[in-house]
Amino acid sequence: MITDTQISIEGLRRSFPSANGSGEVTVFEDVWYKVDRGEFVCLIGHSGCGKTTLLNILAGLDAPSAGGIIVDHEEVTGPSLDRAVVFQSHALMPWMTAFANIAFAVRSRWPEWSKTKVRAHCQKYIDLVRLTGAEDKKPSQLSGGMKQRVGIARAFAIEPKIMLLDEPFSALDALTRGSLQDELLSICAATSQTVFMITHDIDEAMLLADKIILMTNGPHAKICEIVENTMPRSRTRHDMHRHPHYYPIRNHLIEFLVNRSTEFEKELSSSDYDPRHPPVVRPGLSRLAVLQSPAERAADGNTDGETIQASA
Amino acid sequence: MSLSLRWRAAVLTVFIFFAFTATWELSVGGHGGAATMSPEYAALMGATAKGASAMPGPLKVGGQLWEHVLNPFYDKGPNDKGVGIQLGYSIARVAVGFLLAVLMAVPLGFLIGMSPLFYKALDPFIQVLKPVSPLAWMPLALYTIKDSTISSVFVIYICSVWPMLINTAFGVASVRREWLNVARTLEVGRLRTALRVILPAAGPTIMTGMRISIGIAWLVIVAAEMLVGGTGIGYFVWNEWNNLSITNVIAAIVFIGLIGMLLDQVLAFFTKLVTYVE
Ligand SMILES: Nc1ncnc2c1ncn2[C@@H]1O[C@H](COP(=O)(O)OP(=O)(O)OP(=O)(O)O)[C@@H](O)[C@H]1O
Ligand SMILES: [Mg+2]
Repeated sequence: MITDTQISIEGLRRSFPSANGSGEVTVFEDVWYKVDRGEFVCLIGHSGCGKTTLLNILAGLDAPSAGGIIVDHEEVTGPSLDRAVVFQSHALMPWMTAFANIAFAVRSRWPEWSKTKVRAHCQKYIDLVRLTGAEDKKPSQLSGGMKQRVGIARAFAIEPKIMLLDEPFSALDALTRGSLQDELLSICAATSQTVFMITHDIDEAMLLADKIILMTNGPHAKICEIVENTMPRSRTRHDMHRHPHYYPIRNHLIEFLVNRSTEFEKELSSSDYDPRHPPVVRPGLSRLAVLQSPAERAADGNTDGETIQASA
Repeated sequence: MSLSLRWRAAVLTVFIFFAFTATWELSVGGHGGAATMSPEYAALMGATAKGASAMPGPLKVGGQLWEHVLNPFYDKGPNDKGVGIQLGYSIARVAVGFLLAVLMAVPLGFLIGMSPLFYKALDPFIQVLKPVSPLAWMPLALYTIKDSTISSVFVIYICSVWPMLINTAFGVASVRREWLNVARTLEVGRLRTALRVILPAAGPTIMTGMRISIGIAWLVIVAAEMLVGGTGIGYFVWNEWNNLSITNVIAAIVFIGLIGMLLDQVLAFFTKLVTYVE
């Protein structure tokens, strides 16, 4: 398969002035990553590690303190209609109806479109996120999950090249979340959309993502490693857990969230970690797993993954 | 429950109104009303020692009000115009001064609110000019403009401008970052962002500023017209005071209060139109 890098994150660092005014707090640093065209990438990390900050920089809404981002051979200097964002906080305009929120985006994308064309296009995406009938409600009259769906419809409706999603399904019930995940997958399959998504939900990441980026806790967060999803793309919510790789991947992710995310610094000192090429693991593919530290390997005979070095 | 609360409030309002007018009637009336009061209270109420007082009772004032209502627009020379005409002059001045202030304060407030540089640079001027009593501008206005009507419009303008300017700047500056970010990711132009995002977002705050402004303007016009004379409800009050017609002064107070309430209600209506629930 020919890989075609669409997003290249290069040596990214973001620091904020510290609360007491003296010095800086570095949220994350030395973040390097490449996203291929058509790839679905999930970012997992604990609350406050800088996921939203990273996504904002990808969107062009925030500037990095060091490093940069190249999208389609051009450096990101500001926001673009090619990169749609679903915000963690919905970010709907409360004075506009659900429909008007979406139409505002559609008119921004295609200012030359006629009223009827805009209306039909918006309706298509309203139906897609199952908000039919709630078009004329103001955001204050919608539930949290409905607001999130309007935000998702707004992002999908402008048919961007890259979709940046910040925990888009977190406020949804399991049923709606499931159907929206399926919709997202089918849209991505149909348009070979590149998606960068933040999530807290391990199962969601395993269902949707081709690759899962593990981000350590802040401050000074880094990419701990890249977990490749070793289940086939044809996986579904209903049969995924029967795949032999399901539990190896899942355990690996949980192990990271519970233990390794906080103690990465310790791990770091005893490994040849290269931030430019964070280790890639493919849980389940091999029993000859390599963990970061030899000491841990000795302590834990039943390892669950293989660590290989990403090629430059 | 809310209906019954409203009814009880209405009953209480009527009761207070009648209690007040009855006390007023008794305290100014001839039948020893003043004698039954303590001397200090009588002095406070303006009652004279003679029993019957120069202070009109509510019935007299009510009658006078009715006469004004029946014939509000007569014009018998410069010192005898109907109260409707006088109120009309005052309202027209307030409207012109207020609209001029809107034209100036809203765009300037946008500029100040959107630019931290202008915010900081203009802040000292606003802070110093805002607390100046609008009437302090009057001599300056009369000296430079030399026209009493335009001068009072100017005074209205200058007192209306500050609350609107400050509220607009504040409203614009505190538009939620995320709404602006949405506009930015959609590559919405500056003008469209200002009209479709910032204006509606800051609308309620701007309207609140306007509501404060119109209240102040209505307070100030009476004083301004007392100073410059000629026409207007303020001049009417001054003129009736010179005629020692306390009845008309009280009638004018009632009209000033009612019109002030009306102006506030109009602005409240528009505020409601632009208000949104987050
Ligand atoms: N504008 C800012 N100024 C100062 N510090 C900030 C700013 N924005 C974010 N931070 C800090 O950066 C860190 C990361 O914030 P961020 O919102 O990216 O976290 P997150 O990983 O998205 O968390 P969550 O999962 O809870 O959404 C936090 O410690 C936060 O306090
Ligand atoms: Mg976040």
